[in-house]
Amino acid sequence: MDEGSAQPRYFNEMFEGDGVRAPYAALDGWSREMPPELRGMKQSEAEALFRRIGITFAVYGEGGDPDRLIPFDMFPRVFAADEWLRLERGIKQRARALNAFLVDVYKRGEIVRAGRIPAKLVYCNEAFEAAVVGFRPPRGVYSHVVGIDLVRTGPDEFFVLEDNCRTPSGVSYMLENREIMMRMFPQLFRENRIAPVENYPTLLRRTLASVAPIKCDAEPTVVILTPGHFNSAYYEHSFLADMMGVELVEGTDLFVEGDFVWMRTTQGPKKVDVIYRRLDDAFIDPLCFRPDSMLGVPGLMNVYRSGGVTICSAPGAGVADDKAIYTFVPEMIRFYLGEEPILRNVPTWQCAKADDRQYVLEHLPELVVKEVHGSGGYGMLVGPKADKATIESFAHLIRERPENYIAQPTLALSTCPTFVDEGIAPRHVDLRPYCLVGETVELVPGGLTRVALKEGSLVVNSSQGGGVKDTWVMAD
Amino acid sequence: MLSRTAENLYWMTRYLERAETIARLLSVGERTSLTPNIGGGYRNEWHSVLLSAGTAPDYTAKYGQVRERDVVTHLFFDEDNPSSVASCITRARENGRIVRTALTTQMWDALNAAFGELRELRRTERSKLPLGDLVEWTMRTTAMMRGTMSLTHLRNDGYDFLNLGYYVERTDATARLLDVKYYVLLPQVDLVGSGLDNYQWRTLLRSMSAHRAFAWAYGGEVTPAKIADFLILNRQSPRSLLASVEGSAQHLERLARGYGRTTGAQGKAREMAAELVEARIEDIQDEGLHEFLSRFILENGQLAQLIHEGYLNGDIR
Repeated sequence: MDEGSAQPRYFNEMFEGDGVRAPYAALDGWSREMPPELRGMKQSEAEALFRRIGITFAVYGEGGDPDRLIPFDMFPRVFAADEWLRLERGIKQRARALNAFLVDVYKRGEIVRAGRIPAKLVYCNEAFEAAVVGFRPPRGVYSHVVGIDLVRTGPDEFFVLEDNCRTPSGVSYMLENREIMMRMFPQLFRENRIAPVENYPTLLRRTLASVAPIKCDAEPTVVILTPGHFNSAYYEHSFLADMMGVELVEGTDLFVEGDFVWMRTTQGPKKVDVIYRRLDDAFIDPLCFRPDSMLGVPGLMNVYRSGGVTICSAPGAGVADDKAIYTFVPEMIRFYLGEEPILRNVPTWQCAKADDRQYVLEHLPELVVKEVHGSGGYGMLVGPKADKATIESFAHLIRERPENYIAQPTLALSTCPTFVDEGIAPRHVDLRPYCLVGETVELVPGGLTRVALKEGSLVVNSSQGGGVKDTWVMAD
Repeated sequence: MLSRTAENLYWMTRYLERAETIARLLSVGERTSLTPNIGGGYRNEWHSVLLSAGTAPDYTAKYGQVRERDVVTHLFFDEDNPSSVASCITRARENGRIVRTALTTQMWDALNAAFGELRELRRTERSKLPLGDLVEWTMRTTAMMRGTMSLTHLRNDGYDFLNLGYYVERTDATARLLDVKYYVLLPQVDLVGSGLDNYQWRTLLRSMSAHRAFAWAYGGEVTPAKIADFLILNRQSPRSLLASVEGSAQHLERLARGYGRTTGAQGKAREMAAELVEARIEDIQDEGLHEFLSRFILENGQLAQLIHEGYLNGDIR
């Protein structure tokens, strides 16, 4: 079995041989000179701060403490300015292509007609939304916040693990991790030129306002729609609403009357123009989608389709971030933008295809297997870390429902120094930047770095024992 | 402001006020249990505490016999009892969490810290938790919330809804405490005016943390009429019905001015305050204290209903 730390085959983002890579130069002395007592003190200070501001998360189905903290690691993850520039171009390119794809598949479906993507994958996809066929959302944007999960395997090797076009979460951690680092280690920020991320809420609000519906003729009223305070991401919803200065509403706070959506206020109904919804398509309108949903707003889709309100992300956006569609994103970039993809895809085997399936079943111990619609690290097999019984059971699952699974090689995720009980040790990390698409395409210099705190582990999801780090982009 | 936000603010303070009322009752129970039981007109003080809290039937169903330890469990820790201190603090914190961005950081800190401490208390062995400490903790927590609110909260509509919650709940609590003391606890007419009676009345004052204030305001003999006057009609007394109703009326006026719109609640609160301003304690005695208080509790309920319809239920047009 591998020992994350001892294996040279993992790219260490800080150390290169005996030297320290340039972007991490400032952190070498800082981490070496920090006495263990101070570190312990700072760590509990950070935890107290997180708990005080109430950043906690609930893990579905695990029971236990609903007010658990996501572990915060104080060792920052750093990108040099030029590294980031390339990432930024790649991320924006991808976000544009995904939106072009969405507009296309709900209109003429040129990419399918051109034979670049199989029709079945698009139109028979569970996430394909018949209810919006023919509708073009304001500015032709379906996915207004695109979260692109990236991993690094070498100095210049970045792979896109998956795209999140619906409602990617975690951005509040990006902002709060920075706040807390600045409070605890102000000298680091004084001595280094670290690009700020704090204008994300302003950009998000501007993005949302820029896609106001055609019937909106005044300053648009923007709201965030949350499934409610029992949702594990509720903290984030309320944080973003607060930072943007907009109302945080639940479905019951909204109603449809005439051609518009209204919110119930202490002074009577107030018209709502843009809804940044943080719940799935299936729940937003019981008249159009799931009739048993108590979370949504009856009649919302009618208002949406007649241009009375904008829903962000647009219903139907999910068809672009499906793990089976993922394979074709490089093709989308070539087809719509006429450019070569800047960021690479991880080679992916579709278990639905007989040849691919056979390969996957023969190589399970080397592969990572994911559910096509899964998320959060659930229903996932990490071949090299799995025991025989688990592999057997996955083989069975794949034979039962092949179309439900894809497989990828186990990537050698880069590591970043991380504070552990014994001192400082490398741990595997990934990155989720948040790209905003409205009138313009924007990306704040940073993102959420998730870290697998267990030695050797490659699963960074918070529900599976992952933590988070502050992510720095050095300014030029 | 979203109606739901206003509703959560309003209920958050109602629950905080309720927690404080229960803590006051517990402190009265403890105090009285230290005094010899003379007269024998009541079964014991803890029973009267349960009556005042309005949870006697639930208590009997769950615990049977009235014993101090069980009463404290029931009124402080029991989550099955919706008005236990723990239930109230938990719900207030839940209300606060839902609308936390409508609270100031300091308010949220105080509320969240209290919730954390409550969880600590739950984990602590009961033998290490004298009743006095539990009462003091509750009073400190609610005082902290009020303090942070009045020091840091914007004087906006949210502030009015927070205050309305306090005042509506307080009106109800004062009227109920007074009513239970008078109607239920006094077993025999000939005890009225007796030493025991005065002792009972003084305990009532104590439950309002008002025994010293009373002495300053009235001096001399403690008589039921003076106490009733103090707790009903005296504007200086912070927990009197008049002070509480005027508090509600004042915040409703602010809302009406800010919104440029009047609801049924303003008229109702004004009407209730006007009656108290005009009344003399003799009038109330003529009507019968119990009758008066029952009617007042009902009217306060109507006021709460009008606030609900006028601002909180989201059906406002």
